[in-house]
Amino acid sequence: MPGEIYITASTVISKGRIIKNGVSIFESKDTNAPGFLLAAYQQLGIKYSKFYKMDNLSKLGWLAAEMLLKDSLDEGKYQPEDVGIIFMNASSSLDADLKYFESTKEFASPALFVYTLPNIVIGEICIKHKFRGENAFFIFEAFDADFMQKYVSNGINNNILQACICGWVEFIGEEYKAVLFLVEKNGGGDELADTVRVAFTKENLNKIYQF
Amino acid sequence: MDKLIQDLKVQIIAQLNLQDVKPEEIGDDQPLFVDGLGLDSIDALELIVLLQQQYKIKLSNAEDGPNVFRSVKTMAEYITEHQAQNS
Amino acid sequence: MNAPVFIAGVGAISAIGNNVGECLAALEQEQAGMGEMMYLQSVHGKTLPVAEVKLNNEKLAQLLGLPAVISRTAMLSMMAAKEALHNAAIPGLTSLRTGFISANTVGGMDRTEKFFAEFLLDNKKGKLRDVLHHECGYITELVADYLGIRNYVSTISTACSSSANSIFYGARLIRNDILDVVVAGGTDALTKFTLNGFNTLMILDQEFCKPFDENRKGLNLGEGAGYVVLVSERVAATLQHAPACKLAGYCNANDAYHQTASSPDGTGSYLAMKGALERSGLEITDIDYINLHGTGTQNNDIAEGTAIKRLFGPLYPKMSSTKSYTGHTLGASGGLEAVFSALSIRERMIFPNLRLQTPMKDFPFIPETTLIKNVHVNNVLSNSFGFGGNCSSLIFSKT
Repeated sequence: MPGEIYITASTVISKGRIIKNGVSIFESKDTNAPGFLLAAYQQLGIKYSKFYKMDNLSKLGWLAAEMLLKDSLDEGKYQPEDVGIIFMNASSSLDADLKYFESTKEFASPALFVYTLPNIVIGEICIKHKFRGENAFFIFEAFDADFMQKYVSNGINNNILQACICGWVEFIGEEYKAVLFLVEKNGGGDELADTVRVAFTKENLNKIYQF
Repeated sequence: MDKLIQDLKVQIIAQLNLQDVKPEEIGDDQPLFVDGLGLDSIDALELIVLLQQQYKIKLSNAEDGPNVFRSVKTMAEYITEHQAQNS
Repeated sequence: MNAPVFIAGVGAISAIGNNVGECLAALEQEQAGMGEMMYLQSVHGKTLPVAEVKLNNEKLAQLLGLPAVISRTAMLSMMAAKEALHNAAIPGLTSLRTGFISANTVGGMDRTEKFFAEFLLDNKKGKLRDVLHHECGYITELVADYLGIRNYVSTISTACSSSANSIFYGARLIRNDILDVVVAGGTDALTKFTLNGFNTLMILDQEFCKPFDENRKGLNLGEGAGYVVLVSERVAATLQHAPACKLAGYCNANDAYHQTASSPDGTGSYLAMKGALERSGLEITDIDYINLHGTGTQNNDIAEGTAIKRLFGPLYPKMSSTKSYTGHTLGASGGLEAVFSALSIRERMIFPNLRLQTPMKDFPFIPETTLIKNVHVNNVLSNSFGFGGNCSSLIFSKT
């Protein structure tokens, strides 16, 4: 259907589980949040040594994006400038800020300071995939599906973007949740099952968020 | 010098979060920055921190960096030279 | 073509002035704002020049009529945003749909640092209320409350391009008829956290910065706030004084190269500038002035210059980095430089790039080194490039 916008894939990482398109693909009883992310990285067979240098927020968001895009995004279909990333969270980069601050007591760590901005997670995803489209990071008290739907739809309807990775990426202490959506104009490939592809509405965003 | 080189390899892996790399995989003369381990500008800064934290040596001139950090061997040579000066 | 969005008012506070008038006077008189640290207490106080706003927290609070426990980030924001609204003088504002889109990177860190210092010495000390302001979003809420804006409030945090992103997001809200008026821009206060952090990245100059100089050594950190009041065409028509300029184009792109360094060929910068031009419908020869991101770091200036060479060569507009005056104000820089871009159009002036002695040998162009007055400035391109590869360009045009 030309001109319609769809969620063509989704990923939820929360409470020891990774769920892709409504199906659990990884579970761990590891209650330690960083331990969980490392286990997921290792067991999902990804090879990207830069992962180890990332802070918790970037590891979470990057992992969620990898799972989202795997077998779901046909990158050859898009120019780098056509794919954008729009994220939001409540705690900004506070988790990394605290770790950096700790390091300043002895020797301030440049590698930790790099992550004291929430949009670095977007940078990490773009570095891996060479996405060059519009990207933004908003701070909200809670996931705002209405805002997300309007912002991204505006981008796609005005041909600023052809596809967008959007959602909520939050990591603070032991609390983490990433819910990412792949949003495309014209619904992605024809072979995509209708159970996977759903209309890009705030109701569908919230339904997946609360999974 | 050999022990220093071995220690350095372990320390570099820890400091730079190179979890996939084993010390024996880093050649003494292997270029650290071009190809090889593929380190970047932030890694270079972390190596400066490593020098200070582990060996109490301050690299005040960042321009010396490329030469000092060319390989584990050049790092070891720099440390040996400066520790001799300090003691 | 999309509905035009006008700049009805501007507000600013920085190391070179506590309001737009003072900033403009300093720009004209070529008076830079960096110097020895006066207000922040830091171990780097004697070695690193900074560009501080010349008001301590008590004085800021007094001017705002508030208790002196509010984060400096919020107070700087209030000063500039209040001035912008006052400058816009929009009739019937209370009956219009108004929004506040603000950016910052440090949040209430200035208060949190103070708390931690006391807490670390004695964990019964330190006032917890100091950390309540910590979140970036909370700073925006505080300021929105102060301004009386409730309809629509948003916080953007994308490093040094944050407030430029606030501005074009605000414009979108007006174009889509969601709001009639948007106060958009950003703020950041100087903190030890940022100073120490940038110091570990070794991109600070121990002298006053020299953007686009062959021998540049890095940036000077600054602080401040800059806001523009964006209005729809309908609201613009009600103003007593017709707006001097409008937001003609904008674009945001990701460099996709490194977390904190720009790609050598400035791909992200190139895409942002090119996209802004396309959206504005202007030709490269229509641009009269580029307000450069121009931080003074080895990396930014070569990347930005390379992107300019690729996009504009061989016909180059005049250009300068006003960070040579204000230092790098991080989350405020896009907003502050948007204000300077609007002033450039209104005052028909091109501000110089201070302390440029040796032009960069890679480029056939040289930023302006002296003030130019009484010139037609019809279209200004303003660049803001942030960590994380977030690159934004705005174009302001004379109405």
